[in-house]
Amino acid sequence: MRAALSRLRVVREPNLAMTARALEESAEGPRPLVPMAGGTDLFVYLNAGALPEQDYLDLWHLDELRGVIDTPGGVRIHALETFANLRRDPLVKRRYPALAEASSWVGARQIQNRATIAGNIANGSPAGDSLPVLLALDARIRLVRFSAPRDVGFDTFYTGYRTSVRHPSELIHSILLPWPLPGTRQYFRKVGTRLAQAISKVVIATTITVQKGRVTRARIALGSVAATVVRVPSAEDALLGEKLTPAAASEAARRLRESIHPIDDIRSTAAHRLRVAGRLVELAVADALR
Amino acid sequence: MVTRSPAVNRPRSIGRSVPKKDAAAKVTGAALYVDDLSPEGLLHGATVRSEIPAGRITRIEFDSAFDWSQVTIVDHRDIPGNNCIALIEYDQPALVENEIRHADEPILLLAHPDREKLQQALRAVKVHCEPLEAVLTMERSIACARLVHATDNVQKRFLIQRGDLEAGFARAHKIVEREYRVGHQEHLYIENNGVIARMEADGSLVVEGSLQCPYYVHKALMHLMGLPAEKVRVVQTVTGGGFGGKEEYPSMISAHAALLARKSGRPVKLIYDRMEDIAATTKRHPAIVRHRSGVTEEGELVAQDIDVIMDGGAYVTLSPVVLSRGILHAGGPYRCPNVRITGRAVATNTPPNGAFRGFGAPQTLFAAELHMDHLAESLGMDPLEIRRRNLYRLGDVTPTGQVLRESVSASECLEKAVKVSGYVKRRKALDAANRKALARPAGKGPRKVRGIGLSLVHHGAGFTGSGEVKLASIASLDLSPEGRPRALAASTEIGQGTVTIFSQMIGDALQVSHDLVEVAQPDTLRVPNSGPTVASRTCMVVGGLLSQAAADMRARLLEFDPRGWSDDRSFRKLALRHLKERGALRIDRQYQPPSGIEWNDDTYTGDAYGVFAWACNVIEVEVDLDTGDARPVEVVTANDVGKAIHPRLAEGQIEGGVSQALGWAILEELRWKDGRVWNQQLTNYIIPTSMDCPPMKVIVVENPYSGGPFGAKGVGELPMDGPAPAVVAAVRHATGQWMDEIPISPERLLEKLARLEEALT
Ligand SMILES: Cc1cc2nc3c(=O)[nH]c(=O)nc-3n(C[C@H](O)[C@H](O)[C@H](O)COP(=O)(O)OP(=O)(O)OC[C@H]3O[C@@H](n4cnc5c(N)ncnc54)[C@H](O)[C@@H]3O)c2cc1C
Repeated sequence: MRAALSRLRVVREPNLAMTARALEESAEGPRPLVPMAGGTDLFVYLNAGALPEQDYLDLWHLDELRGVIDTPGGVRIHALETFANLRRDPLVKRRYPALAEASSWVGARQIQNRATIAGNIANGSPAGDSLPVLLALDARIRLVRFSAPRDVGFDTFYTGYRTSVRHPSELIHSILLPWPLPGTRQYFRKVGTRLAQAISKVVIATTITVQKGRVTRARIALGSVAATVVRVPSAEDALLGEKLTPAAASEAARRLRESIHPIDDIRSTAAHRLRVAGRLVELAVADALR
Repeated sequence: MVTRSPAVNRPRSIGRSVPKKDAAAKVTGAALYVDDLSPEGLLHGATVRSEIPAGRITRIEFDSAFDWSQVTIVDHRDIPGNNCIALIEYDQPALVENEIRHADEPILLLAHPDREKLQQALRAVKVHCEPLEAVLTMERSIACARLVHATDNVQKRFLIQRGDLEAGFARAHKIVEREYRVGHQEHLYIENNGVIARMEADGSLVVEGSLQCPYYVHKALMHLMGLPAEKVRVVQTVTGGGFGGKEEYPSMISAHAALLARKSGRPVKLIYDRMEDIAATTKRHPAIVRHRSGVTEEGELVAQDIDVIMDGGAYVTLSPVVLSRGILHAGGPYRCPNVRITGRAVATNTPPNGAFRGFGAPQTLFAAELHMDHLAESLGMDPLEIRRRNLYRLGDVTPTGQVLRESVSASECLEKAVKVSGYVKRRKALDAANRKALARPAGKGPRKVRGIGLSLVHHGAGFTGSGEVKLASIASLDLSPEGRPRALAASTEIGQGTVTIFSQMIGDALQVSHDLVEVAQPDTLRVPNSGPTVASRTCMVVGGLLSQAAADMRARLLEFDPRGWSDDRSFRKLALRHLKERGALRIDRQYQPPSGIEWNDDTYTGDAYGVFAWACNVIEVEVDLDTGDARPVEVVTANDVGKAIHPRLAEGQIEGGVSQALGWAILEELRWKDGRVWNQQLTNYIIPTSMDCPPMKVIVVENPYSGGPFGAKGVGELPMDGPAPAVVAAVRHATGQWMDEIPISPERLLEKLARLEEALT
């Protein structure tokens, strides 16, 4: 442990309202509180000594931030829902199989028991496995501060590498996933460094809606190929109005390879990512055909 | 657990999987590892390391804003003896004096009572350097881009010659020449390196820690501290794995803790975290191996010209010995009348590479096995057939002129693994399935192909050549005050089962239960020098000495009272009576080479090893053509270990070794950035998880060795040798691509496959 744990303070307030107030009040002071959910990202940074000395605001006990709720506009997933829950939640499995699938690929069982969906979002790693799914499902993020909540589309949430529109005084409260349109096929595939406990080299989620044999709507979202999770509109457009054929798939893959600019890093190479990303789009289309 | 049944009274535990003696304490958390120990007045130590791979220190700056009053600071001037880690050559300093020769080289040591303050102190030191050109690759070293060792950057050379190479090539129908490469590998023992050192009132030094070879540390500390043997005591604590990574490195970390303890007058604990351990400690030697060999039309091997280059890193450490084992296995388990093997260990500005399970053999056997496949292909022959025609049989002669007199099981291992895996049928079936899969265009769903490959290897048991004779190991058996037989040996339990198998061997020889036997904690004050816990020698050599000692003890006790004993209780009664009436009973046994073994170090000829262990691996791999991922899906592994003293432990060694080898072949790649190890964490140095390890069928072959206890030949390293080339052969079978360099990363494999596809379209 390279961080000085004895100098860390963890604040715990009895309920969501007071937690939100503590966060908002501290945001203006010299030591803004940092929310802590499952701690699975934070602890890794602390162990490596990669964080400044700061105080934490515990969220784990706030049951107000738990629950997967059926609403008229879709399903609302609360911030503290863990990937262990999401991989087996009946509603998620039925309506958002791509999210259940993605959840099952996060770390391994032990991590899934602590890792939360809001933590994945707020941590903002471009390799976060749930993020392409949220993007492909047109998720909306509800942020709360003590004064007022606001909803933002997930496609406008990130502003750059690990930066977002979330103000330090705001908490992620929940995620709304609109009901999928009829005729929509969801696809998720993670290509990681190994079969478990792996960070993605490329991760893809797609939703492809087919009506009367033609694609009416497509979302192609990728992680680990840019500074943030990204959608690739040019590749989506290649499918619109088309029948799902290998030719359409390879055109989408071609456009995708032209639009993304991944990098070489500690886990993989730009060339590999580009190649694999193209193949994954083809696989997603082939999957939708079935 | 101990049942007083007649079975225990007539003990026969050899060959039975009795409960592992150290297991209960480990799984319940009762076992204390070095970081669990906190002696009074303990200070924590830390190491200031170089951030560049080559340079000269110009100035060391201590931040004046930090409170240094409680910090003990040690540099090279605080070394009372010689500033070197005594091993083979005395070239590696314990602390840099001026010239930095590799990244993360130790420069200064700090100690503080508070671990957190110590971390701050580390950040408050700045070492200013003038960088020198770094030689980071074997190619640059050979080209003498800059001299970093002697006059040619070569740390050690070897030559093995047999027969007439030119005449051999003249007989060849096909000559194949190829180059093979293997990369670094990190041991990734679960417990990082760590020790505690303290000075006693009488000026003697005590070091306790996680280590494989107490007497290596003992020797290094004597030189460093200028202390006589009796003033240095080294004790092994419960150790969480080694794999060779705690063979020589503990001498370094012990040296550092000792210097801090001496200067501060307090006990000092020095424990690396994972990042420091990966960045600074030893790795498996990367190697470049070139083969040029000839075969007749019938597939008979007639000439082998092999050149082995290993990256020794910045200091000599154990590289000569690793290279030696490497070249001694470089020809593979095949008879060939005309052979030349040259070997070089070259110096680079990287942390010294060192001992790692297999000790040079996995590198050269990888090349030898792949080359056999290339030769087979050049003849249009099946890889299985070419092996059948050339493998060593009883009476064959190795490149050093060693006649294989006994326990030769190349054929038996090969045939067993081939039979159990159904290799021949499976290969045909996969051929057909792959043709179908490859015909399927991209875009029509996942495309996966499968292949099956095999490899055959041998592994010399025990130390190389005259190593065992020079070591002249001693192991002892005495009676504890409670009347139990007690083994006194420097062999360490590092998870592999030393304590359990010693107890079994002694118990059987004395006709008592293995539970009655005690195995003393390795402590240089109490146990004799039975050599290092390496080279798969613990069971065969030290176990052998202890078995002999037990037989002697039995004779001595029967002489004392011819009525003898019938069970553990009557043994103890008799033993206690002996202690009372005749005093202590201790038997020392020293290593004697088996008769007829001869080795010449100057010409590198003779009996390189007393005997060889043998293994065949058949591995099926699935390749995802969309991602380049190659995943082993089934392993059949047949291993001749002479005798499995404890079958479950032997299988465990085999499964573990195979997994480690699969990691090396497919996943594990050390990445470098500016001459430093870049991937220092478990999240980016990728070893297989249980999800990545395929089901394994382990076949234990028992072809006994007359020189080993109960016929045992050793099992620790053998399973590391064969899987990598079998994986590459399987990938070749699946995809048509030769991956002559490992790891077969998806990046490399997909690149090759894509190039091929692009060329076709
Ligand atoms: C061994 C291991 C394996 C892993 N494998 C994967 C993997 O396969 N895929 C993957 O995507 N990730 C993986 N991770 C990363 C991590 O588990 C996930 O990102 C997880 O979702 C983080 O959730 P958490 O609740 O633990 O976050 P925390 O560590 O508690 O917090 C992470 C960040 O989010 C902020 N935060 C948390 N909750 C909120 C909130 N409600 N509002 C505002 N900010 C908040 C925190 O301030 C912090 O900055 C792995 C981690 C480990 C240790």
